[in-house]
Amino acid sequence: MKDRDEIAHALAASGYIADSELATAVSLMQRLRRPLLLEGEAGVGKTEVAKALASVHATELIRLQCYEGLDQSSSLYEWNYQRQLLAIQAHRGEAGSIEDQIFSEKYLLERPLLAAIRREKPPVLLIDEIDRADDEFEAFLLELLSDFQVSIPELGTIKAVSIPHVVLTSNGTRELSDALRRRCLYHYVDYPDVEREARIIMTRIDGASASLSLQIARMVEGIRKEELRKVPGVAETLDWAAALVGLDVRDLHDAPETMHETLMCLLKTQEDKVRVSREVSQRILGKVA
Amino acid sequence: MSCCGTTPSLDEMDEVSRLVSGKLAAFLRTLRDNGFAVGLAEGQDAASLMASGYAARPGLLRSAFKHLFSARKSEWEKFDGLFDAFWLGKRIRSRSTAMGSSKSANNPSLKSMQDGAPPGGTQSATDQVPSSDDAPPSRGGEGRMEGASRAENLAEVDFRKLADPEQVAQAHEAAASLAKIMRTRLTRRDLARRRGYRLDLRRTIHRNISHGGVPISLVKRRRKDKPLRLIVLLDASGSMSMYTSVFLRFIHGVLDEFREAEAFLFHTRLAHVSGAMKEKDAGRALDRLSLLAQGAGGGTRIGESLQTFNRWHAARVIHSRSVVMIVSDGYETGDAALLGREMAALSKRCRRIVWLNPMMAWEGYAPEAKGIKAALPHIDLYAPANTLKSLSALEPYLARL
Repeated sequence: MKDRDEIAHALAASGYIADSELATAVSLMQRLRRPLLLEGEAGVGKTEVAKALASVHATELIRLQCYEGLDQSSSLYEWNYQRQLLAIQAHRGEAGSIEDQIFSEKYLLERPLLAAIRREKPPVLLIDEIDRADDEFEAFLLELLSDFQVSIPELGTIKAVSIPHVVLTSNGTRELSDALRRRCLYHYVDYPDVEREARIIMTRIDGASASLSLQIARMVEGIRKEELRKVPGVAETLDWAAALVGLDVRDLHDAPETMHETLMCLLKTQEDKVRVSREVSQRILGKVA
Repeated sequence: MSCCGTTPSLDEMDEVSRLVSGKLAAFLRTLRDNGFAVGLAEGQDAASLMASGYAARPGLLRSAFKHLFSARKSEWEKFDGLFDAFWLGKRIRSRSTAMGSSKSANNPSLKSMQDGAPPGGTQSATDQVPSSDDAPPSRGGEGRMEGASRAENLAEVDFRKLADPEQVAQAHEAAASLAKIMRTRLTRRDLARRRGYRLDLRRTIHRNISHGGVPISLVKRRRKDKPLRLIVLLDASGSMSMYTSVFLRFIHGVLDEFREAEAFLFHTRLAHVSGAMKEKDAGRALDRLSLLAQGAGGGTRIGESLQTFNRWHAARVIHSRSVVMIVSDGYETGDAALLGREMAALSKRCRRIVWLNPMMAWEGYAPEAKGIKAALPHIDLYAPANTLKSLSALEPYLARL
């Protein structure tokens, strides 16, 4: 299928190195017009997919960060009460109802979900960490994602001008409902393999040579195999690579001390730090060609 | 299989598409049999994908179907095998569909597991059990059982002393109804305790715009209470086998859809059983669980099980209002120090740890086992749970949380 390779190339051009499965998912997303649900550990680049997608389509990225207690007024729309009150005060004593005026577009505050369905050009709608939102919100979202229309009591039903590309991400802090899962295409984002991670480092970090990137990727792979409390993600790898490049390291074998000291970019708990001692890091480095 | 890869001429098209759709339907059925939730919409999308040229490239079709049909990581991981077996005729290792399926009619139920156990004597060689385990059940006084009058005389009988099946059934029923009472009461107390309304300014102004903005009718909001979440870790090892079934029944009763709950079984390893627990029918739930409880009797690795829990499940199932309830006799056959460490890690995460130990009520029992000694410092409530009465005594504690 041609579109899949095209998508992989376009994603790569925008700085996201996708594997072929993700490229398939993205091409299906357009073909079937279904939202894409990305699951995976923290830091494997789920949010980046949406950003890259937006740049591939050269369109706007509208992001809705979910949190506990997120409700319609902060996700869909809200009336601008202050302005409404001002208008009422200003028109006091005048003949005629001002009701039509104050419940008009002018007084409507768009929130991400409403904004996403009212754009001329379909934007990428990123619903980040949907697992943090409540069940009720999930149900509401499901309705929106299937009908792409919103009813505002005072204004009537607003139909989508264009259907946005919807990307949902989840860290798995809560089980999502089966209904939502079924509605979406599913892709599990795993830690990248060594080669892909090296390519990611080369694309993202200026000045990282091919050999250093490969060394870093191998090293990180070795560290991920240790029994860690918090396994470093791609974001951490990039931090570490940036640190090493910044410290003028050209080959990990030349600077084992610097290498060990900068491991703090990868290891984020005291326990993990203790576990990856100097000996352990040297042992892993020994296996890295 | 020949249906992928053929390029039929136009007049053969109808015949081929009929064949393909039949094959696709069979594939969907295979997926459903393996626990995938596949609906009509997915089937239609799949058909349109096959029609639009994906069928010519099996690798691509597999990848596309994988995204379309799987909805969670476990499905994601087993999809390739299923696809290859079905479409490409490759053999896969036979996969157990235990977690997702409910076809477990011919499995021995926990009840039978219990009935089959000679009272007091099924401990496997590795489980250390104190010898003074024949304390007579004290039968004094009326049981304080609400809504379980038929079972009153059972209230103070140690579960392992329940011998004939009828009594066992009665105990099960009592446990279930007790659980139900506890559940409604916990919910009611929750409601009555809610205080501290805050004014919702936005909505107040909104509603009072018709009064020119003068706040006449106030809108208040309350903090949405997170429901208490119970995480039950049930020891299903040989030394606990006399208690497991009644506990399961009790837990199934407490944890229905209204309350958030997760359940795990452990013996030498940990199994996530929430899915089975959510089965509405108690009998079926127990049947499904019995399947997971098999392999019981080879000792108890509490520490390792907890480690698995902390590592793979804790982040997902534990939130700020979580109570972890461990039901176990504390006879650790693994590394007691590991148990201590994992208990410490667990206690940092959750609000309370309740450890129910049915053997605590036995005469002459002292927490001597290495396992329980290591765990005790991290436990908030250590209680016996060997009779219906002691189960009901838990309720006030849980209500306060």
